[in-house]
Amino acid sequence: MFAYIVRKILYTIPVLWGVVTVVFFVINIVPGDPVAIMTGQRGDEETLAKIRADMGLDLPLGQQYVRFLGQLCRGDLGTSYRNNEPVSSAIWTRLGATARLAAGALFLGTVLGIAAGVLSAVKRYSVFDYGAMFVAIAGVSAPVFWVGLLLLLFFAYTLGWVPGVGYGDGSFKYLILPMITLGIRPAALTARLSRSCMLEVLSQDYVRTARAKGLKRTAVVMKHALKNAMIPVVTVIGTQISSLLSGAVLTESIFAWPGIGRLSVDSLLARDLPMIRGVVVFMAVTFLVVNLLVDISYAFLDPRIRYD
Amino acid sequence: MTDVRQNAFDTAPEENPKALSSGSLWYEAWLRFRRNRLAMLGLFMILALVGIAVFAPQLAPFDPYKQLIWTEGSKAKLAAPSWAHLMGTDAYGRDIMSRVFYGARLSLQIGFLATVVSLLIGVPLGAIAGYYGGWIDDLISWLINVIFAFPFMLFVLAIVAVLNNPSMIAVFTAIGLVSWVSIARVARAQFLSLREREYVESARALGLPTRTILFKHILPNTLAPIIVQATLGIGSIILMEAGLAFLGFGAQPPEPSWGLMISDGQQYLTTGQWWWAFFPGMAIMITVLAFNFLGDGLRDALDVRLKR
Repeated sequence: MFAYIVRKILYTIPVLWGVVTVVFFVINIVPGDPVAIMTGQRGDEETLAKIRADMGLDLPLGQQYVRFLGQLCRGDLGTSYRNNEPVSSAIWTRLGATARLAAGALFLGTVLGIAAGVLSAVKRYSVFDYGAMFVAIAGVSAPVFWVGLLLLLFFAYTLGWVPGVGYGDGSFKYLILPMITLGIRPAALTARLSRSCMLEVLSQDYVRTARAKGLKRTAVVMKHALKNAMIPVVTVIGTQISSLLSGAVLTESIFAWPGIGRLSVDSLLARDLPMIRGVVVFMAVTFLVVNLLVDISYAFLDPRIRYD
Repeated sequence: MTDVRQNAFDTAPEENPKALSSGSLWYEAWLRFRRNRLAMLGLFMILALVGIAVFAPQLAPFDPYKQLIWTEGSKAKLAAPSWAHLMGTDAYGRDIMSRVFYGARLSLQIGFLATVVSLLIGVPLGAIAGYYGGWIDDLISWLINVIFAFPFMLFVLAIVAVLNNPSMIAVFTAIGLVSWVSIARVARAQFLSLREREYVESARALGLPTRTILFKHILPNTLAPIIVQATLGIGSIILMEAGLAFLGFGAQPPEPSWGLMISDGQQYLTTGQWWWAFFPGMAIMITVLAFNFLGDGLRDALDVRLKR
């Protein structure tokens, strides 16, 4: 087990380095002068030169890269061009809002998705099955920002059940709509996957044996089948982190949610390159770490994995 | 692992086995496909959408750019859906249905072009990695894992933002540069499993050039999963483009883009003019749904097992 964990960690390191390098080169080897992009048409040559020197942009690319890596190793993601705020502290102050949103969406998506998927599998070809699977495929097809706007229209503006956009005082009622918006896609994917895994498990011999020895159907589903059917479902939770973070970018902009997604859009609109760079690196690293944890927990759930 | 073929829309496999006894692999697949009602629905929806896109000038009741307030007066501004304007008009007095029709052009173009870009990158890289193995496989797989670590939406946003040139070319190149990885993964797995086959070995023994073996002998046998992956990918690409336009990084006004229309219309949701943002969102959902139906149907018909 220990060797497995060490191997996984060692495997993540080159990917981590690749992520950082790709971000650096995408941001730095672009046609045009990044400083000119950031300042737009404004700024005289002297100011531009000063900004370049401050950011180390007058150095050769290789040196800039080494400098960037060095800063990263010290946990320094650079300084925002827009307001001179350190990128890491900007991310840190917004992390809580995004974590709440993503955790809520993931929880909602997983619970709802597993329930709908398992029920669909057990009642295969029923009205519920067709209905749930249609909603699921519609859920992955609808643009997340549009769904969010419609939810706002109905539940906030028309019915007035929940407050509109914003974080408010941070109470739960402000979280409900953004959480549902972001949770739809994971719910739909989990439902489809749970259904197919459950169907596969239900067709296996040990399930038939359990039924044949007279166990109730619910007992077989809940006690025997569910545990095995859920292994693949647990693993995709890790891969969903990526689409959750992408979705958070759109969800947070609609709901004016003060998280990292909104920060990224704001800095993209302002062409705040150090901030963009920092946010992208942060999100990719988060993804890698979460997936590492998922891999490790997967090995705990399914001992076969360790001996690959 | 999981049998993803078993979804809500699968056809009963035992139907009429006689019809499948003759004909080529592709013909048999078509026979299976034809029996899948949702897949056929998806195919017809896509044909209809392509028809709308191609014949938009003939089908659209109004010029999508024409601000009717100049000819019809202020009643043409934000007019509710009626017989004259089935989807209403926007704040500039433009007919929304006409704009939705023209919007199909942009979305489908981006969907197809970005898919072509991702196939052109993903298939050769996946083929080389799978066929040669060794260090070159390690290198390409590393690159795939690196790209996978980024939240796609944010990565595409960053590329478009630093290119500082929100043209259609920038958008589909950026999307293609990111979405090739899922194609490459599928292609790699296929080439990896086929390279040891006898027919490949005999081709090698005959001294055929590697390029011929790769693209003339192996590639045709890997097409089915690649086609399925690409079809399912078109939907996500259209969603991504809509998200980009919604945030202001894709199509620019006054272009009739679905994502942009939702963005323009969102502020009118609170004042009761829901149709501006509603209909373009429906258009996106229907289009993506069609590609998902088609992709699911192709997967069932071509008997492809994809690891999702």
